[in-house]
Amino acid sequence: MNSYILIAIMAITTIAIRFAPFILFSKKTPPFILYLGSVLPYCTMAMLVVFCFRDTDTSSLYNCMPELLAGIYAILLQKWRHNSSLTIVSATVLYMLLVQRVYR
Amino acid sequence: MKKSVKEALKDSLVIMPGYIVLGIGFGVLMTSKGFGLLHSFLMALFIYAGSMQYVGAELLALPASYLNVFIMTIMVNIRHLFYGIGMLSRYKVLKKHKIYDIFALTDETFSIVCSKNMKGLNREDYYFCLSLFNQLYWITGCVLGSVLGDILPIDFTGIEFSMSALFIVIVIDQWEKNKDHTPVILSFIISIVCLRYFGRDNFLLPCMACIIVMLYVLKTIRSFRHE
Repeated sequence: MNSYILIAIMAITTIAIRFAPFILFSKKTPPFILYLGSVLPYCTMAMLVVFCFRDTDTSSLYNCMPELLAGIYAILLQKWRHNSSLTIVSATVLYMLLVQRVYR
Repeated sequence: MKKSVKEALKDSLVIMPGYIVLGIGFGVLMTSKGFGLLHSFLMALFIYAGSMQYVGAELLALPASYLNVFIMTIMVNIRHLFYGIGMLSRYKVLKKHKIYDIFALTDETFSIVCSKNMKGLNREDYYFCLSLFNQLYWITGCVLGSVLGDILPIDFTGIEFSMSALFIVIVIDQWEKNKDHTPVILSFIISIVCLRYFGRDNFLLPCMACIIVMLYVLKTIRSFRHE
């Protein structure tokens, strides 16, 4: 039951954000909001990357090898091909192979 | 078939592969966290925001507190506020389907609508069909992923890396689009410090607060320099 409430909170909040500009800013937008709009999405993504790696074991280099290798692979491939789907799918498969077969 | 519908279908096909693949990734991730088809379907139908659903899978699994989920949703989706501002003039005049068009304004739909030359097209039909087709691909992907995650005899350990890869991809794309990297570098540092200091379960809220304060300070310092 709790999970449905959480989904409802996410859905209602997302919908509210999508409708807000049509209700709030149809005339004028405050400058700090405009500034947040241009930089906050980018900054949030940095935080989310750290969030994703929060369980990475950094006690030794060996322990964080799967994350390190798959992460570097994703960065290089995206820089090279700029194909988001290809990067996400292949980096995930690489990571799965590393944690399941190589660094058990 | 009407020209506007055909054109919307043609433009939406560019989005289809990405949505199906990301959707499947989401569905499989949900299965690995112990959530079934219904959860994935409801999220694809009512939230319909890629990054948020990936984060959402994580928040459901924790499970996070209501307040945490609420603030996290704002942080991840706040960019939609600015898509809306960009769409004010285009969408305000719509009569039919306006509510749905605003609801379904995702990153990808926004990027197409933004750059579309509407000459000779019916706005109402084009916006609605484009939004609808895109969401149908997304729902198909999410549902397919949930089913595959359930029936495929594959060990999905490590599938959660799809979320890390998604955000790495977004950061790289934005890095290349933006000239000013100071805010994002500071955000990285703040996030790592907060993770160390507050621990894995509690660092998001203080971290978001620190980032907003940092941005405010940064903007104030810069505007002083300009004067």
